[in-house]
Amino acid sequence: MKSFLLALVALVVISLGANQMLLRSGFSSADAGTSEGNVRIGSQDQ
Amino acid sequence: MLRFLALLAFMWTLVLPVTAQEAAVDTRASTGGAQTLEDILRRQEGLKVDDSFRRGLTGDPDAAAPITEQLGTLGGASDPDLWRALRFSSGDVETQVRGPAATTLIQNRGIWWLEFREGALLKLTAYLLGGTLLALALFYLIRGRIRIDGEKTGRTITRFKAFERFGHWLLASSFIVLALTGLISLVGRKLLIPTFGHEAFSTVATASKWVHNNISWAFIVALVIIFVVWVVHNLPDRTDLNWLAKGGGLLGGGHPPAKKFNAGQKLIFWAVIILGGSISASGLSLLFPFEFNMFGHTFSTLNSWGLPGWFGAADLPYPLQPQEEMQYAQLWHSIVSLILTAIIFAHIYLGSIGMEGAFDAMGKGDVEEQWAREHHSIWADDVLKTKQSDAERT
Repeated sequence: MKSFLLALVALVVISLGANQMLLRSGFSSADAGTSEGNVRIGSQDQ
Repeated sequence: MLRFLALLAFMWTLVLPVTAQEAAVDTRASTGGAQTLEDILRRQEGLKVDDSFRRGLTGDPDAAAPITEQLGTLGGASDPDLWRALRFSSGDVETQVRGPAATTLIQNRGIWWLEFREGALLKLTAYLLGGTLLALALFYLIRGRIRIDGEKTGRTITRFKAFERFGHWLLASSFIVLALTGLISLVGRKLLIPTFGHEAFSTVATASKWVHNNISWAFIVALVIIFVVWVVHNLPDRTDLNWLAKGGGLLGGGHPPAKKFNAGQKLIFWAVIILGGSISASGLSLLFPFEFNMFGHTFSTLNSWGLPGWFGAADLPYPLQPQEEMQYAQLWHSIVSLILTAIIFAHIYLGSIGMEGAFDAMGKGDVEEQWAREHHSIWADDVLKTKQSDAERT
């Protein structure tokens, strides 16, 4: 069961690590999807 | 003069039917120029609707009735005018939202996805997962637990090394969490909100989304690990045909010879690699919205091959709106995940309660020698021969 417990630890470490790396690299939803100033959207046919 | 008037009256009678015909052609007269029941029905059937009659009705002040007259606007545009301008992307709009989707404020073509996601997809989820569990329960009732036929030796042989088990458990634990949190996202609105209410579901859904997004990386890492360590043992060979022909002895009894992995396990391995890889790709597309657009390009390629025509279907939609890319990715991600979950149900069953001695392989890493001889005879012979020659050498 040592492998199983080690896998659970790795699961937590990888998840938290990936989350922090993405946040610090500017991949948060706020960073990726918004701008500080207003932008005028162009017309795009539907 | 009287003759001239009679001629005029006669000509008028000829003109009247023509005028009536022209009036009949104006199909929107009954609604005062607004959309008709026919328009709505066509839209519901997914057919193209000629919207030229309302595309331009966006509150142009020059075209509006003067404010001094009856039915004149009170300045600016009415709400319907504004929404029409948004729908047809002619509104003068500013936003802080960036990205391709910002330019499509109302997405007509997303309705079918919403309806499918809230209807057919939930039914598919229930039938597929429920049906698989039911089938496994029936199999258990009919076949019972698959026991070790021969006498146990009390000796064990190593089936999986620590790193193999680590890779397996990393994949298994991440998959189970991903499946549970994925199901919460997929069916939570229909099942959990009526039971627990909006506020409780909001907390659960937010946590579930965070966990799902971040644990996905562990799943991808584990997928790579198990591919690297097991791919050599999962290449198809002739023993698989014999194993499959005898149904693996699952129903008729007997133990067809097998190497480290039998044909059933190989099928599960490749299902996990291919479906898991596809789930990972569509998951990345959803995790980084609008960055990896896979479906528009795929549809375009399939159309160029004429593939939809082989099945008598119309061309697949192309180009896709940014939101449509995400909608197709969400459907693909969900459906492929459901199929893999159903397969994994069977894998979990056979690796635990379904077969005596099977769990030890992943639990301890060592299996009873007799179990190995019955279920993986070729592999067991190889391992025992190596063990014996090693013993003789020392």
